[in-house]
Amino acid sequence: MNSTNTNPAEHEVQHLIEIRGIGKDYQDGETKVQAIKQMDFYIDDGEFVAIMGQSGSGKSTLLSILGGLNHPSRGKALLDTLDIYELSSEQRADLRSEYIGVIFQSFQLIPYLTVLENVKLPLAITGKKAKLQDKMARDVLARVGLTNKANRLPDQLSGGEQERVAIARAIVNKPPILLADEPTGSLDSNTADEILNLLKELNEEGQTIIMVTHNPDACKDTTRTIHVKDGLCYAH
Amino acid sequence: MKLHNISFNNLNRRKGKMIFLVLGLFIGIATIVTLLSITESMSRDIEDRLDQFGANIVMVPKSENLSLSYGGVSMGGVNYKTVEFDEARIPEIRTIEYSKNLGLVAPKVLGATSVKGKDVLLMGVDFESELALKNWWQWEGTPPAQPDELLIGSQTAATFNLAVGDSLVLDEKEFTVTSILKPTGATEDGIIIGDLHAFQGVLGKEGKVSMVEIAAFCRDCPITELVLQIAGKFPDAKVTALRQAVMSKMQSIELFKSFSYGIAILVVFIGSLLVFVTMMGSVNERTREIGIFRAIGFRRGHVMQIILLEAMVVGLIGGILGYLGGNGIALVAMPLVMKNGSFAGFNYNLGGVAVLLSVALSLLASLYPAQKASNLDPSEALRAL
Repeated sequence: MNSTNTNPAEHEVQHLIEIRGIGKDYQDGETKVQAIKQMDFYIDDGEFVAIMGQSGSGKSTLLSILGGLNHPSRGKALLDTLDIYELSSEQRADLRSEYIGVIFQSFQLIPYLTVLENVKLPLAITGKKAKLQDKMARDVLARVGLTNKANRLPDQLSGGEQERVAIARAIVNKPPILLADEPTGSLDSNTADEILNLLKELNEEGQTIIMVTHNPDACKDTTRTIHVKDGLCYAH
Repeated sequence: MKLHNISFNNLNRRKGKMIFLVLGLFIGIATIVTLLSITESMSRDIEDRLDQFGANIVMVPKSENLSLSYGGVSMGGVNYKTVEFDEARIPEIRTIEYSKNLGLVAPKVLGATSVKGKDVLLMGVDFESELALKNWWQWEGTPPAQPDELLIGSQTAATFNLAVGDSLVLDEKEFTVTSILKPTGATEDGIIIGDLHAFQGVLGKEGKVSMVEIAAFCRDCPITELVLQIAGKFPDAKVTALRQAVMSKMQSIELFKSFSYGIAILVVFIGSLLVFVTMMGSVNERTREIGIFRAIGFRRGHVMQIILLEAMVVGLIGGILGYLGGNGIALVAMPLVMKNGSFAGFNYNLGGVAVLLSVALSLLASLYPAQKASNLDPSEALRAL
């Protein structure tokens, strides 16, 4: 069984993201490990796609390739027909800054910056005036319900609150694509539901969301699920 | 929010880490500054001590038939027609341009007289300056303090069978032997040394001086320049630098300086290594953080700006504190390292070099790991611990 009707070659329309024959190998000592054997699929503008699979199935590797964070061993990752790995690493950085927001597994907040400063981080390289940066960051913090925690440091927040900060940081620059790696992985069910609702709202407002998860419950609001197993993907 | 806010917030909110980094730099730079300051102070101290050790300039009257042999072996031919200076002119020596380089000025009058049927050379000196100049002299008894007291050379004492407390009549004046010089192996063994003015009277040379020995400090000036300036003041004098004395002093100083430079190079190397390892370790720990910056869309240049600004601030603080601390340690340690040694003072050039070195090493040590981390794919950097 290989990739099925997700093959972009079957579609005439132009997709927001196209993955063509992507593979990723790692060297573990003398052994070559195939984290992703071969994957082909597409994602359209405005979709909320879940990439689901067990731990070690290659789903996080796939997400990092989609985000321009991890050079694949083979294949192409096209964003609006642009092969992102044809770009230099600096051009990919610019691309992430402008088009892609990433919510990392385990939040990856900068520990010595306050909540507000962490959210402003993507704006620090945009040349936007301090006042505008402040407004944008405070607006987005209000959106995730953390206005009163703006001056706290990350280690003074709960896991759910840290996840919200990570989401606020990913969307502050209003990127068209949002990548979320196990956003509910370390949260209790109530908090997980709140986060998923927030992602759903963002999607309804037009943001394309690609979420990696191993939890089937997290996929109830997604428009499509791509299953990943043993480095291969299967359509839902 | 600007990139420098990230740097300053990191330094400000992780004070423990910053103090640790500054401490690493402080130890490195302070070690360098301490040892360089101590070697510089020691070098100066040695120069000063060597300068005070004996005379290095001799001024004698210009005279064709002058055959004074003080400094030689034979006293035969000491003549009675010696040309002398007026004692009143001697203070003029201290009016030369480099007068601050002049140490002791020891005038003396020389002349022969007959004691118990034997010729003997008399040397009238100003005991205060003479004994300070000849600080290697040792004697029995107490050195003369009164004009009628004598210091007798060991050979002279043996020849005339003189002991401390004996009287000796010179030109019908009675003197008391208060001290006998222990053998020096030099001219002094065979002479009688007395008060300058008393011996001027004995020798019939009132107000006259036969020669002047001068100890000059030569750290800042060439000895030949001093000689020329003194000769300019005394056109009737033959002023000579004791080359051998000067050269041996210079050789000793050069030897010590070479040793100091050797130590300095070693210390700079070790100190630099310490600074380098501290900063490199600190940036290596931040690989994951660099991964986050890159994943958010920071360019390599942005990451570099953050890391290098921090390194510069840490380097600057560590350099300034290291320089001040190093000098403080040198100030306290100098008397312990060298008896009666004194701290040479703040060397601002060394300060500039120390701060620059600290900043440059911090930047250099941060550059490599920061470059390495920002060249990684962000996902790889994020996996790093």
